[in-house]
Amino acid sequence: MTHRRTRHPLLYLFLALALALPLAACGGDEGEPQAGSSPSASTDGFPVTLDAANGKVTLDERPVRIVSLSPTATEMLFAIGAGDQVIAAEENSNYPEEAPDTDLSGFEPNVEAIAAYEPDLVIASNEPGDLEDSITALDIPFLLQPAAATLDDTYTEIEELGSATGHSDEALQVVDSMLRDIAEIRSTLPQFDEPPTYFHELDDTYFTATSKTFIGLVYASLGLSNIADKADKDGTGYPQLSAEYIVKADPDLIFLADTKCCGQSAATVAKRPGWEQITAVKNGGVVELDDDIASRWGPRVVDYLRIVAEAVAGLES
Amino acid sequence: MTVAEQAIARRELRAASLRPPLLLISIAGVAIVMVIATLIGPVTLSPTGVVKELIDRLPFVHVDSGLSSRDAAILWQLRVPRVVLGGLVGAMLSVAGAAYQGAFRNPLADPYLLGVAAGAGLGATLAIAYLPHTEGWFIDPVPIAAFAGALLAVALTYVLGRSGIGSRTAATLILAGVAITSFMTALQTYVQQRESDTLQRVYAWILGRLSTAGWGEVKLILPYVVLSSIAILLHRRLLDVLSVGDEEADALGLNAGRVRLLVAVAASLGTAAAVAVSGLIGFVGIIVPHTVRLLFGTSYRLVLPLSIMFGAGFLVLADLLARTVLSPAEIPIGVITAFFGAPFFVLVLRTSRRVT
Repeated sequence: MTHRRTRHPLLYLFLALALALPLAACGGDEGEPQAGSSPSASTDGFPVTLDAANGKVTLDERPVRIVSLSPTATEMLFAIGAGDQVIAAEENSNYPEEAPDTDLSGFEPNVEAIAAYEPDLVIASNEPGDLEDSITALDIPFLLQPAAATLDDTYTEIEELGSATGHSDEALQVVDSMLRDIAEIRSTLPQFDEPPTYFHELDDTYFTATSKTFIGLVYASLGLSNIADKADKDGTGYPQLSAEYIVKADPDLIFLADTKCCGQSAATVAKRPGWEQITAVKNGGVVELDDDIASRWGPRVVDYLRIVAEAVAGLES
Repeated sequence: MTVAEQAIARRELRAASLRPPLLLISIAGVAIVMVIATLIGPVTLSPTGVVKELIDRLPFVHVDSGLSSRDAAILWQLRVPRVVLGGLVGAMLSVAGAAYQGAFRNPLADPYLLGVAAGAGLGATLAIAYLPHTEGWFIDPVPIAAFAGALLAVALTYVLGRSGIGSRTAATLILAGVAITSFMTALQTYVQQRESDTLQRVYAWILGRLSTAGWGEVKLILPYVVLSSIAILLHRRLLDVLSVGDEEADALGLNAGRVRLLVAVAASLGTAAAVAVSGLIGFVGIIVPHTVRLLFGTSYRLVLPLSIMFGAGFLVLADLLARTVLSPAEIPIGVITAFFGAPFFVLVLRTSRRVT
C-alpha cells in the first residue's frame, strides 16, 4: 500500500550493481568509472578528518557503501552527486526517486541490519542511545548530522557531506545556489506595514513550531510573525495550542504540515468548528505543505521557502 | 453473615438512599463548575458578555451580548462544546468505574483494567494506520474503530474471566482484563512500529483529545452516555444486594451473574463511546467513585448518581487546568488526571486492604 514497501527499485539496484562490477573491472585504468567524471573526486584527498557533531570522524578512503539513516542526509547526498555512493537509505528516504530506500529504520536502528550492508560510512540524524558505539565497534565510521537549528547548519552539513564523500566542489555549488535562490525569493517579497501572521500546523491536535525552531526561522526569514511564540513558556519550541487561541489570534496564513500524517487539507480546516472566522480560512490562506519538505532541512528547503513566499505574495492582492 | 448482621446491613442500605437536598446541591455544584469553566479560557472573553450570551440562548430571552462574531464563535463552537464534552466523558467514566467496582466487587476495578482502553487504543491505531484517507469520509472511522475495539476487548475479558478455574471471585476477571490489556497493547505497539509514520497521530490520540472537541463529538456520545447511565442507575439497588455477597444475593432470588453481565455491558458501552471521542483519560473511574464513598457512604444508590455529578465536575475542572495552566499552550488532559489520580490510586490501595 505504501510506496516504500515496493522492493523493485532495490532489486534493480542490485541487478545494476551486479552488472556494473564486471564492467568496472574491465574499465581498467579508470578506477572509478561513475564518479570519475566529476572533477572533485580526484582533487579531494583521503584520508579526511571531519569535525562533526559527534566529534572527529576520520575516513581513510572515499566511501562507496554509505548507509544513510536520515532522509535529509539522503537528499543532501543525492544533491551533491554522491547518490551512487549510497548503498542503502532508511525507510522514509523517498526523495529523490532513485534513493535506495530499504526497511532500515532511522528511529529504531538495528545495527545488525545496518552491518549486513557492509557499509564504509553510516550517517544518522538521530542517536537513540548507543548507535555510534555499536557502529564504531565494527570499525565503521559514523557521522552524526542532527536536525539543523538554522539554515547555516544546513549549509555546514551539506559541506561536511561534500568532504566526507569526495564531492566538496559540488557541495559548495549546492550551497551557493541555495543562498542565491533564497536571496532571490526574499527580494520578490511584498512589503507590509505589519508583518503577516501565520500558524504552522504539525498535527491535527494543533501542535506547532515557534520561531525558535528551524521551520520557524524559515518563516521569520520571510518576515512572517508566528502566533505560537507567546505560547511556548517552557521553551520546547513545539507547543500544543488551544483551538480558542488560534481562532482569536486570527492568523493570515495557515501552513499544514500534516497533510500526509493526518490527512488534513484546506477543506478539513474549513470544516473545523469556529475556524471559519479565521482570516486565513476566509481568504484562501490555508497552504497545504508536503509533510516531508516541511520536516527536513535539506536542499529542498528552497522549495519550501518558495511555497511560503508565494502564499505571502498572495496576501497582497 | 448472621440474620442480625444482615438486618443491620439492610437498614444501613435503606438509610443510604440519596436525599433530594444532596442531589440538588451536587447538581448546582456541577452547574457552577461548568459556568466557571465557560468563563475562563486561553482567550479572555468579557465575563458579562459570556453571561449575556448564555442568557440569550435561553428560550424567549434576547439580550445583546456585545461579543464580536469571532468571540461568539470561540464561545459556542469551541469552549462550550469542550466543557459539555468534558462533563459527559467525566460522568460516563466515573459512573462506569463505580458500576464495575460494584459488579465485580473489586474496589480497583476501572474501565481500563478490563481492557476497554487497550482495545480502543488498538482499534484506533488500526484505523489510523490502515485507513489512510479518512478525511473525505462521511463519518470519522477512528472513534468507531475504537468503539469496536473496546467492546471486543471487554467481551474477550469476560469470556476469559468466566472460564477461569470455576472461581466466582471477581479477581479472575480482573486478571483476565490484565492479560487482554497486555495482549492488545502488544498488538498496538507492533502496528505502531510497522507504520511509524502514523506514530504521531496515535500518540496524540492516546494522550486524550478534548482539545479538538466540537458539537459533533457531543452528539456522537450523548445517546450512549444517557442510555448507559440509565441502565446502570436502574441496577443501583441490585448492586447494593450484590455487595453483600453472591450467595446472599442468590438467597434473595437474585441472579448475580446476570446482573453482573448487564451492568458490565452497559458500563463498557458507555466507556467505549467516551474513549472513542476523548482518547484515553485515566484514573477518573477510580478517583471519583472512591471520593464519593469516602465522603457520603458506600451504598450504590448514593455512589452511582453522585459519581455522575462529581465525575462531570472533576473532568471539567481537570480540562480547565489542561487549557489554562500553560495557556495558550495545552497540556494533555490525561497528564492532569494521572497526576492527581496516581497518588490517589495508592491511597485507595492502602485503605482498601481493610475492606477486601
